Amino acid sequence: MVAEITDIRINGRGGQGAVTASRLLAEAAILEGQYVHAFPNFGPERAGAPVTSYARISPEPFTEKTEVYEPHIVVVIDPTLLDDVPVAKGLKDGGTIVVNYDGMKDNLVKFFEGVHANIYKVNGSKIATEEIGRNVPNLVMLGALIKVTNIVKLESLVKVTLNRFRGVLGEKNEVAINRAFGEVE
Amino acid sequence: MSGIREVKGMTGDEAVANAAKLVNPDVVAAYPITPQTIIVERYSDFVNNGEVDTSFISVESEHSAMSACVGASLTGARVFTATASAGLALMYEILYVASGMRCPIVLAVANRAFSAPINIHGECTDQLVCRDASWVSLFGESAQEAYDETILSFKIAEHPDVMLPAMFGIEGFIVTHALERVETLSKQQVEDFLPESRSLKYRFNPDDKMTFGSLVLQDYYMEIKRQQEEAIQRAYQVTKDVMAEFSEMSGRKMEVIEEYKLEDAEYAFVSYGATAGNAKAVVDRLREKGEKVGALKIRLYRPFPSLDIHEALSGIKAVSILDRSATFGSPGTIVQTDLASALYGKENVPSLHGYINGLGGRVLTLPEIEEIFEKTKDYHDIGMTTTTDWVGYRK
Repeated sequence: MVAEITDIRINGRGGQGAVTASRLLAEAAILEGQYVHAFPNFGPERAGAPVTSYARISPEPFTEKTEVYEPHIVVVIDPTLLDDVPVAKGLKDGGTIVVNYDGMKDNLVKFFEGVHANIYKVNGSKIATEEIGRNVPNLVMLGALIKVTNIVKLESLVKVTLNRFRGVLGEKNEVAINRAFGEVE
Repeated sequence: MSGIREVKGMTGDEAVANAAKLVNPDVVAAYPITPQTIIVERYSDFVNNGEVDTSFISVESEHSAMSACVGASLTGARVFTATASAGLALMYEILYVASGMRCPIVLAVANRAFSAPINIHGECTDQLVCRDASWVSLFGESAQEAYDETILSFKIAEHPDVMLPAMFGIEGFIVTHALERVETLSKQQVEDFLPESRSLKYRFNPDDKMTFGSLVLQDYYMEIKRQQEEAIQRAYQVTKDVMAEFSEMSGRKMEVIEEYKLEDAEYAFVSYGATAGNAKAVVDRLREKGEKVGALKIRLYRPFPSLDIHEALSGIKAVSILDRSATFGSPGTIVQTDLASALYGKENVPSLHGYINGLGGRVLTLPEIEEIFEKTKDYHDIGMTTTTDWVGYRK
């Protein structure tokens, strides 16, 4: 049997926590008994430069270990990437893309002409700035992702987040994740 | 069988460090090199936090790391280190000293391409070219196997019938830096599996006078080498026994080779490390298309498990060897030449088609592996018994 696998790509910029996001998403999946292979893009990493990280998730065991070229889901952490990077590259037809975007959804859709995907947006930067006190919307975007894909349960993400960031920072992230879960459109 | 197993998310490097923590070696001497670095970083955290009793020796190079390991091992200490690529090459001289002095050191290799040009990514040449150094050599496919092989390598190396060093490799980044689920073992399980007491025969001892590393010329050098050969031949059965015992303890089947859907197969992939995972995924895809194909993973590379491989491939028409290593001017890929030697002159052996791929982290995709399968079938159909190709590069 060929395992049912969901491939997720997270596009961000160096320093925004794209790697942490793919890791925590994978840890949340493991917590639920799912199987994962999650890894950063293995290039030279510089603060501010476009970076990608990946999470491959399946409820069944799988053995493939290749990089992700045709994701089912793309998460865009940084809205400025829309002008610089083809964030929908390789996205499977009928896939899902979740963008941190502060404008109207109609304006966002213009960036993806010809892309057959379900497009969602949430103002992750605003939520992160208001709830965490810093524009680091990596986990915020996962809250939005979970709402629109059910790839893992919200409570699983919250649990691994609180485990990773003890104390106030974890609690602030929890509030921000929940808000993005509610506000994604 | 174990009771309730705890599952944690770990990268390959973290799995090695966490398993080594359970082993709690007396001495770790290591020098950091990408993509092994996290192993050393995590382990030095454990030392710093008092979670292990290990003496951690920071050294100025890998040559010094392995030299310090040899010195420590000669006192009877349990010793662990880790390296990759250029670091392993710099250790090369001392690898032979370690095995010649029968030091059961365990070495984790984060398999990485050699320079030049400089490249930090996955490739297994670094470990394969150590094949003649009289070290037991294993490959792991996943973070789980990295975890398990860390622990069982000590038991193989320290077995009184072996007393040779052991290395195991996981590929840079795609395993070392990738998060996977790992079923962990308890401290007690590892202590029961790997008892503190071990042979201290021919080790430095305050009450006894001994010399190590002396000059041995035409008179006895060859006898010493012959003893190493006999020891590594014994390591074959010891590895089988240790893996059987480990399987029983962990509930995870661990054998010198892994056979995947080979029972009725007409064609097979042979590979090792992470590539073996991709080969299995392709077997599943091809099976859905009605192809009779299976996969064989080489977990134990030295001593080479010729008997097991012959038995597993007996009756198969043609084999595609997916070799993530570079060799130049050779009659075949590195593992292909091993297979050819192991199978030559035997009955019911397949034709052997070697494919050098994935150098410097180049990805061999699943569709490319399917193409390799078709190519091998074509070679076989026109009667070619052995071929070697490079695949996945710009012509």
